Amino acid sequence: MRKLVAVLLFACSAFAQERVTLIRNATILTITNGTIENGSVLIRGTKIAAVGRDLAAPAGAQVIDASGKFVLPGIIDTHSHTAIEGSVNEISLPNSGNVRIADVLTATDINVYRQLAGGTTAALVLHGSANSIGGQSQIVKWKWGHPISEWPIPDAPRTIKFALGENPKSANFRPPEGQPRQYPATRMGVEEVIRKSFVDARDYLAAWDEYDAKKKRGEDAIPPRRDLLMEEMADILRGKVDIHSHCYRADEILMLLNLSDELGFKVRELQHVLEGYKVAPEIAAHGVTGGTFIDWWGYKAEAYDAIPYNVALMTRNNVIVSVNSDSDELARHLNQDAAKSMKYGGLSEDEALRLCTINPAKQLRLDHRMGSIEVGKDADLAIWTAHPLSSYARVDTTFVDGEIVFDRQRDLQQREAMKREKQQRLKAEDDAAKKEKSK
Amino acid sequence: MRKVFFAALLLAGSAAFGQSVIPNDPGVKPLVAIRNATIVPVTSAPIPNGTIVFGNGVITAVGANVAVPANATVIDGTGLFVYPGMIDASSSVGLTEIDSVPGTVDTTELGDFNANASAAVAINPHSELIPVTRVNGVTNIVTVPEGGIISGQSALIQLAGWTPQEMVIKSPAAMNIRFPRLRSGDFGDVPQDEEAEKNRRKTYAAEIDKLRDVFRDAQAYARAASARASNKDVHRFDRDLILEALVPVVEGREPVVMHANLARDIRAALAFADEFNLKVILSGAQDVAEVIPDLKQRNIPVLLGPTLALPQREDDPYDLLFTNAKTLLDNGILFAIKTDEAHNTRNLPYHAAACAAFGLPKDEALKAITIYPARIFGVADRLGSLEVGKIANVIITDGDPLELRTNVKRVFINGEDISMQSRHTLLYDKFRNRPRTQ
Repeated sequence: MRKLVAVLLFACSAFAQERVTLIRNATILTITNGTIENGSVLIRGTKIAAVGRDLAAPAGAQVIDASGKFVLPGIIDTHSHTAIEGSVNEISLPNSGNVRIADVLTATDINVYRQLAGGTTAALVLHGSANSIGGQSQIVKWKWGHPISEWPIPDAPRTIKFALGENPKSANFRPPEGQPRQYPATRMGVEEVIRKSFVDARDYLAAWDEYDAKKKRGEDAIPPRRDLLMEEMADILRGKVDIHSHCYRADEILMLLNLSDELGFKVRELQHVLEGYKVAPEIAAHGVTGGTFIDWWGYKAEAYDAIPYNVALMTRNNVIVSVNSDSDELARHLNQDAAKSMKYGGLSEDEALRLCTINPAKQLRLDHRMGSIEVGKDADLAIWTAHPLSSYARVDTTFVDGEIVFDRQRDLQQREAMKREKQQRLKAEDDAAKKEKSK
Repeated sequence: MRKVFFAALLLAGSAAFGQSVIPNDPGVKPLVAIRNATIVPVTSAPIPNGTIVFGNGVITAVGANVAVPANATVIDGTGLFVYPGMIDASSSVGLTEIDSVPGTVDTTELGDFNANASAAVAINPHSELIPVTRVNGVTNIVTVPEGGIISGQSALIQLAGWTPQEMVIKSPAAMNIRFPRLRSGDFGDVPQDEEAEKNRRKTYAAEIDKLRDVFRDAQAYARAASARASNKDVHRFDRDLILEALVPVVEGREPVVMHANLARDIRAALAFADEFNLKVILSGAQDVAEVIPDLKQRNIPVLLGPTLALPQREDDPYDLLFTNAKTLLDNGILFAIKTDEAHNTRNLPYHAAACAAFGLPKDEALKAITIYPARIFGVADRLGSLEVGKIANVIITDGDPLELRTNVKRVFINGEDISMQSRHTLLYDKFRNRPRTQ
């Protein structure tokens, strides 16, 4: 009974606290339903409650006049290493698919706040690319100010990071002196690591099937030994885990696609995929998506054929493409990378905007709740001072789950207070040191 | 792969190769008139429906009512815009090809004191980065050696030419000093214990002492050289190439680009420069807002950027690097915006635009990548604006070049009609035409 009361109280307080916000007079870039001039977005609690031209402000609603401004859904970054405590690479094994990003997330990485100030509200947080199979990734919202337990999106799919090419073949990772280089050293070896992992997983599944069948028949059976890595690999084969694979060159992209046909797994998103334009029809035929940089190139041999037209060429071949960051810095202006696709290959405004909103949402299988401004979707969005495809645009206010997590005016006020506090603390420390000295 | 690519190009029947493998018409400086365009000279108001004429590599007329010479090639600029080529005040284009392949990288010499290292001698005129950079309207860069404490001499170059000599506008453009730092600014850089802290301070002090020694030697060397130049009775002495390279620096004839970001490091660098009467250009300068009086008092210009970068400290304002330009403008300090990039030096206009999004007037953002760097490096008589007598580095666009969606339609460097092809457009054309076999 006491429990029930507590639940009721909690429900009431949650209801009482439900925020209602009306953004008015803005140009709404809905992404999925065109652009609404002089439009409004009504946010109730964590969700978008209404979108339209003339929405009345409900009693008690906070009203934001966004005249001359633009509303864009929160930008989704499908390649982030932000908010990871410590190293991003397990490194020690070619397949470290049993380690989890969820275990090392931190809620205090300032880059999260900086990205919110650039309109980015959600991310796929991945391992590095030192291992052919790196580990289990985590899809999160940038719920700045909330405990890390609230950051993972509850119905987001499980994901795992694969990596092909130069990085896993350890060309870029010199081992400490006296230690041998780690297998694999070639793209042949990378294929072999992935192949063997899935072959082993098939055997693992077969062993369990055998055991289950025996049990069912009422026979005596010894269960196979549980193997956490094989459990994960088996779940990929069962379709329960999405693969996001780092890749550069066309040949290694095809290698993975062919391997997926042969061994019966699916690739969800090719990450970086800088030579995707060379094999775009093959990528499209496999129903695989691509997340890429618009114009990074030449930083290593496998990026020498990277071209800024990659996004447009893959898009024209019906690949769902996103622009993502792999960088705390780039994640602050993915809208700008999206904009460059108009210049490099002639994507339309709508196509460009999708690259950082609904397309990444689809890649993460979260387009039922994110990536566009639609009634019923999560209230993740930002108010921009100009069209977000303009280099002169900046963010005024960012919402995640209906809550303001960044506000420029608030930031400007806070930074003065923080500056004062810092000075006071430094002075106190200084005074204490002097006092200590004089003793 | 590269070989195959090259062969494909040859098969395509490209007759002449300019930079890289890109066909061009180098050395030919036609007489060109661009008419009916909005001309943005940068140093004066935009001219709607204007005309610009250039021939033999030099601008000969700009204005609303300009006669078009009968023998000029006429380009109709209706609906288009004409700007001077953009100038990146710090880049490593020409010195690097693939960052992770050491054999293709010539940015960083060994050792701490490389005053004699000169970027101009190591520029690869046929680098793939050059066409990629210039087709977005960046026609000039200062290419800068990296590493050590004295990194070497930068060179201000044109992004077109058969040889490094043809490309160089000014070399040395400046001596580059990465002033010693107590901290790199990263969170991880804080020494873990008192002992480590002590050691770091010792190394820091030793680095500055060593730099001071080098400069004192250079002063002495300069005096000796000048004494011997005017009096043959002065004892002959062996040449020292490092000190020799520093002579114009200690004599105040060649500027020093002081690379420093944190306020403490900037102040230390300026104090050092005072000691030797150096002509300073400050570079990086993330904390520039904290040292305004120091800069004003010495009349020091600043190379800001990259602006699309992260502030160094956790508690820095998120927009620190975007707002510095406005702060300098408000305080009357001359500044340029730079990328410190190589492969994406082409993104120079967007580094400037980021400042415009945070308060810098748009025309000032444009100046920060055209006339201001030209002034800072003493080449404003030749570059940085569309004015009669200047080198014809001219770009034609379909809009504001600082906007992401704007297309650069034509580029002229030295008045030469530059091919709009690059490694990127060639690969694009090759693969967009890939036959569908499926």
